Amino acid sequence: MSVSAPDIPAKTKRGFRLDLKTVGPLLALALLVLLGISLNENFLSYNNLTNVLARSSFIGIIAIGATFVITAGGLDLSVGSMAAVIAGVMIMVMNWLIPTMGIGWGVVLAGMATGILLGGVAGTFNGMMITRGRIEAFIVTLGTMGIFRSLVTFLANGGTLSLNFQVADVYRPVYYDGLLGVPWPIIVFALVAIAGEITMRYTAFGRYCAAIGSNEQVARYSSINVDNVRLLTYILQGVLVGVAVLLYVPRLGSASSTTGVLWELEAIAGVIIGGTTLKGGYGRIWGTVVGVVILGLIGNILNLQNLISPYLNGAFQGVIIILAVMLQRGRKNA
Amino acid sequence: MSSAEGTLAPAVLSANRISKSFGEIPVLFSIDFDIKPGEVHAIIGENGAGKSTLIKILSGIEQPTSGSITYDGETVTLPPDGKAEAMGIVLIHQELNLAEHLTASESIFLGREIKRFGFLDLGAMRSKAAELMDTLHVRVDPDDRINTLSVADKQMVEIAKAISRDARVLIMDEPTAVLSVAETQTLFEQIRRLTARGVAVIFISHKLDEIMELADRVTVLRDGQLIATVGTEALTPDSIAQMMVGRELSNLYPPKHEPDVDAPVVLGVRNLTAKGVRDISFDLKRGEILGFAGLIGSGRTAVAEAIVGLTHRTGGDITLDGKPVNFTQVAQSVDAGLAYMTKDRKGKGLLLNMGLRPNLTLLTLKKHIKGGFLDGASEDRALERAVRRFDIRARDASVAVGRLSGGNQQKLMLGKTMESEPEIVIMDEPTRGIDVGTKQQIYHIIAALAAEGKSIILISSEMQEVIGLSHRVVVMREGRLTGVLEGAEITEAEIMRYAAGIKQSGNDERISA
Ligand SMILES: Nc1ncnc2c1ncn2[C@@H]1O[C@H](COP(=O)(O)OP(=O)(O)OP(=O)(O)O)[C@@H](O)[C@H]1O
Ligand SMILES: [Mg+2]
Repeated sequence: MSVSAPDIPAKTKRGFRLDLKTVGPLLALALLVLLGISLNENFLSYNNLTNVLARSSFIGIIAIGATFVITAGGLDLSVGSMAAVIAGVMIMVMNWLIPTMGIGWGVVLAGMATGILLGGVAGTFNGMMITRGRIEAFIVTLGTMGIFRSLVTFLANGGTLSLNFQVADVYRPVYYDGLLGVPWPIIVFALVAIAGEITMRYTAFGRYCAAIGSNEQVARYSSINVDNVRLLTYILQGVLVGVAVLLYVPRLGSASSTTGVLWELEAIAGVIIGGTTLKGGYGRIWGTVVGVVILGLIGNILNLQNLISPYLNGAFQGVIIILAVMLQRGRKNA
Repeated sequence: MSSAEGTLAPAVLSANRISKSFGEIPVLFSIDFDIKPGEVHAIIGENGAGKSTLIKILSGIEQPTSGSITYDGETVTLPPDGKAEAMGIVLIHQELNLAEHLTASESIFLGREIKRFGFLDLGAMRSKAAELMDTLHVRVDPDDRINTLSVADKQMVEIAKAISRDARVLIMDEPTAVLSVAETQTLFEQIRRLTARGVAVIFISHKLDEIMELADRVTVLRDGQLIATVGTEALTPDSIAQMMVGRELSNLYPPKHEPDVDAPVVLGVRNLTAKGVRDISFDLKRGEILGFAGLIGSGRTAVAEAIVGLTHRTGGDITLDGKPVNFTQVAQSVDAGLAYMTKDRKGKGLLLNMGLRPNLTLLTLKKHIKGGFLDGASEDRALERAVRRFDIRARDASVAVGRLSGGNQQKLMLGKTMESEPEIVIMDEPTRGIDVGTKQQIYHIIAALAAEGKSIILISSEMQEVIGLSHRVVVMREGRLTGVLEGAEITEAEIMRYAAGIKQSGNDERISA
């Protein structure tokens, strides 16, 4: 009945039982790709795919941060507004620096640094309120979501903040160019994903996140500094929002009160579709990547066909999210 | 013990050649079991023998792989998810099963609230709950939230809940594991009252003296096999133990090696005051096992948690090897060689949804980092070591810890604590829910640690255990230290006197040996 002692660490075979929770997102992705191919021969074209992936990479990079936050039992609703305000301030800083620094990469780099720094500061603020202020993550980030959104509206005076067009020209390649034909956003997304996966699985930080999300008391009794780990997840989230924004700004060269609207929901949706549990305790980065790509493909496929209105994009995404959660629950009861 | 007519009556509930497998792993093999009205039928066996699985099948929570269940003479399929309660089969789970945010009265009436004109009759439920609590001598207010209660009180609420159901068969899976002697006695009174009314009681416990006291018949399981079902009168604690583990059990407690008279004091506590405890002073010497006795809720855990920095210390001094220390984080105490093993393995000890390996190494994860990354191989080695040393039995390492039998969870937690290679270990109820065979192993481990020069604080509500292992015994009562016993003074009667407040030593001169 019970395995004798020395045999324990050996993994037993999974048998033929299909682990839906693991392959579910992959299966969904494969189905979508097949559907895409059957609907439109352009679907697999290099341009279409890089386009979808590049657009997904902003949400993707943010969602990787969200995976850590959610795995540790937290939530960050403010990322969309945070992205907007970071984009706005970045643009203002770059415009303001032109007289002193002139047009060129110097200004752009200063702007990038500002973006990442701001993300870190915003994340620290969220994290401090939650861990030191002992306020629920939902409340804190709902609050900062409103604050950030209104800040960007205020900074843009209700309109749009535009980057000086000469600087925008310098900056443009960061979104539109790439390495060996792969656009930079995709490359950055991939790098962040790989680093995230490694962090989640092979570092103490990743293990601690899962432990805290699984049972905070157990984590505390196991000598984990729960507050610091939590705080770190929010800072990481903020920094990754910064990274996403510095790839996003060259795309349009502007920011307004509508920048990044609903990004938080898309990011959370990607995380959940990927198999991370919303109440924490278990997270996987590769799943999040798949989840985000699934969301991107749904929109893309709707645009490539003409039977169903692309305006139903949100409805399809909604159905997928609900299905994903149902799958998760089905597994637990089994 | 109840009357002989019980044995003549037909069984109310019986299991006929029940087998159960989880996936491909067989856990029970063709078990026959029955229970008659007014009878207490105990099930005993080693950790992982299949006791909990058997009673889960008897209450419909698990379905048998083969075999049948007879209830009232008819073959039935019991409904799952505890719905068998409506049929009169009530189960108290081994692991507490209360919704943490409800009040005591809400939990007791959960699912069958008292209503008046379609609205909840809160007053009636509250007074009914208070009444129930009174009969059990529990000091829980009906409005107390479950998450504010101690484990023992939670268990008593659970028992109140079960008793208030109109049970015909009441099944209790290790109800006394978290209870002290006094609470156990009230529980037994209630059980006797129920059996007198014809209720059939199935009772699981690792405490053999309880079995001898309460049960009419005993069924012994070993590795999923039915070994025997016998009347209690034909048994002695020794013969039960032997049937359980399949070998003779001698020397439950290893011989005591007194620490050197001039052994240095490794942990000194002076006038410690924290939430729930006041003015605690004692010394722990190198190589010593210092027992902490007292009733449940007497503040022993609070002392331990204040020492290691889990709770805030409002007053007093703590010295480690003579140097004053002030731990505010558990990590600091662990680094200083002082480890605390909680008694609440489900709520504070283990991540139930994770496997064995992450649980084992969680406290000491830093030891398994190589070049900034976790070293899985080193974690595996640690697991292998712990499995051997503490005889942890699991299907495989990836099985969620919540699915291990209770005893194996406890052993894993012990392994986790010892991974930090502490010089001083505070063990809070280290043998809770553990079978006698394993208890013996753990006692020997504790004694061996002390002989090696490690120092141990042993908090236990099992008086025999404290007496059998400790060199000195600290007795606490209502948050105060009432006495320190040593040598021939360490007897059950003497400990009880201090624990009940009949006797109190004049303080400081007894602090250290
Ligand atoms: N849901 C489950 N899935 C897989 N294995 C299980 C499950 N529940 C129990 N087991 C296994 O079945 C065996 C018997 O477990 P059970 O909980 O019945 O033991 P027990 O006799 O109650 O032990 P203890 O005294 O430690 O409580 C154990 O090896 C356990 O790991
Ligand atoms: Mg059990």
